[in-house]
Amino acid sequence: MHPCPGTPTPVHSTVTETHVITTSGLTKVYRSRGRDVTALDGVDLHVREGEVYGVIGQSGAGKSSLIRCVNLLERPTSGTVTVAGQDLTALAGRGPRAGKELRRARSRIGMVFQHFNLLSSRTVQDNVELPLEILGQSGRARSRKALELLDLVGLADKAKAYPAQLSGGQKQRVGIARALAGDPKVLLSDEATSALDPETTRSILQLLRDLNRQLGLTVLLITHEMDVVKSICDSAALMERGRIVESGTVSELLATPGSELAAALFPVSGERTGADRTVLDITFQGEAATQPVISQLSRTYNIDISILGAAIDTVGGLQIGRMRIELPGRYEDNVVPVGFLREQGLQIDVVGQENLLVKEGAK
Amino acid sequence: MTWSEMQPLLSQACWDTLYMVGWSTLIAVVGGLPLGILLVLTDRGGLLQNVVANKVIGQVVNVARSMPFIILMVALMGLTRSITGTTIGREAAIVPLAIGAIPFFARLVETAVREVDGGLVEAVQSMGGNTWTIVRKVLVPESLPSLIASTTTTIVALIGYSAMAGTVGAGGLGDIAIRYGYQRFETQMMWITVGILAVVISVIQFAGDFAARALHRRGGRSGPAPKLRLLKAKEPAAADVGKVA
Ligand SMILES: Nc1ncnc2c1ncn2[C@@H]1O[C@H](COP(=O)(O)OP(=O)(O)O)[C@@H](O)[C@H]1O
Ligand SMILES: [Mg+2]
Repeated sequence: MHPCPGTPTPVHSTVTETHVITTSGLTKVYRSRGRDVTALDGVDLHVREGEVYGVIGQSGAGKSSLIRCVNLLERPTSGTVTVAGQDLTALAGRGPRAGKELRRARSRIGMVFQHFNLLSSRTVQDNVELPLEILGQSGRARSRKALELLDLVGLADKAKAYPAQLSGGQKQRVGIARALAGDPKVLLSDEATSALDPETTRSILQLLRDLNRQLGLTVLLITHEMDVVKSICDSAALMERGRIVESGTVSELLATPGSELAAALFPVSGERTGADRTVLDITFQGEAATQPVISQLSRTYNIDISILGAAIDTVGGLQIGRMRIELPGRYEDNVVPVGFLREQGLQIDVVGQENLLVKEGAK
Repeated sequence: MTWSEMQPLLSQACWDTLYMVGWSTLIAVVGGLPLGILLVLTDRGGLLQNVVANKVIGQVVNVARSMPFIILMVALMGLTRSITGTTIGREAAIVPLAIGAIPFFARLVETAVREVDGGLVEAVQSMGGNTWTIVRKVLVPESLPSLIASTTTTIVALIGYSAMAGTVGAGGLGDIAIRYGYQRFETQMMWITVGILAVVISVIQFAGDFAARALHRRGGRSGPAPKLRLLKAKEPAAADVGKVA
């Protein structure tokens, strides 16, 4: 499972088909001042072992509620949460306080926070040792483990510093080291990079990616930034008003016509040049080359094709190409050429014709 | 009165005051700390939410705290006698002083503990920590600078109350001031007492501020700029004002 250092790591190298986090029918209703706020509305989430799974959505969509329900920091109103085969909702019991079983389960789930949540009264090393104190480990074992983890996140020289003496990125590294102290299989990240500048964000995401690869760690992260999903996620889900409206692996999403996530992950630009034109977005993955197809299309149907925009990018470790082309005539006049393109195995989205797409799909 | 006459009286009085204040502070901290923490924990949304208990503790604390000390002292005489066997002297004064200071300190503790970032509590919960762990490893250490400042405030308040206790035979500096300064018109004795009190209070305030600030600085959230010029400011005017008032 563990790739040798130096060799390029195959995509999805650590992902297995086992679901390590599953939520089903997860609902959370907050009751505040007599008013009910439904933050989660029947969320079914499946996170596979070893993957980096991103949940994206606007502020207030319910992302934090979701991730906090995963380790039961927030009691779900209904539905179940299973982590590493253990039904946490069953462990939770009735009272508001977490019982011993639930606390033990939590110690095997790491969590990192947007505002780091480091204890200012403790040194960096003592912060990392805290989860181990809770687990009842001896001083020597704790200190060995903490130093090992600080080394892993690149902060071995800061062990004796206080959090206030660190930069934001360094604080988050400590947060990550602390989250890993209990050897968790799962790491939950609630907007871990949202308080950081773009440069630092990149380095923290890289660290999470490396840990995912090296340790086979499953990462569930929530974010409101598409770039985060784009740079490290194997799978993603889009949340709106307490529901998951789209989800899947990045390649599945990109292959889904009309996928909002795919469009956001990989936007192509280019404006229609006239009213009587058909604009198509062509998406291709990996080696597929569009160039011959386009010229073939042009020759076969004797039409002039203009390329409005094109880009190649890496999304979730996949090479993705997108091209926006324009054909003369309305969509009705171009049904045959569009059909031809689809036959070539290319994914075609007709821009500004979503209703047509649906009708066509229904046929 | 000559200095050689005043000197033994004054040093005895100083000791008596320190004795009363020392013991009652100790008792106030031991009693008020858990009480203040309980006030936070049992509050709505707290880790040990219990609305009834919170209301009851809160009410008792409020009543006890707003009771004029002189009345508390008289009202508690029965209790004082049953504990110390007397209602006169420095030992006897400790009882009302401590009981008056417990709710006073508890409210200060409550305010200090409430200031602790809820995110830290959440972090420890996510590691599997229980409420006791959160109290020991988060609430107390993270509010320590404020708790020290609260203790200083309590000590200073107790010095004031102990002078009042002195008027009913507890000894101490208040007793001296009344007996010599007021009843015998020994103005010199009076002013020396005032001077000693001023010095004692300043030293305690200074030591408390210094300790709180030192901890705060270690914790790093760059404490308030030192008020006393004696301290060399190690850092430029800090961005966020610390929590120690
Ligand atoms: N403790 C709470 N009490 C009441 N309402 C809450 C609470 N936490 C979150 N909410 C509400 O639930 C909704 C979802 O919030 P949240 O899960 O924080 O979303 P996100 O993380 O996507 O911004 C929001 O409308 C928010 O106001
Ligand atoms: Mg949030």
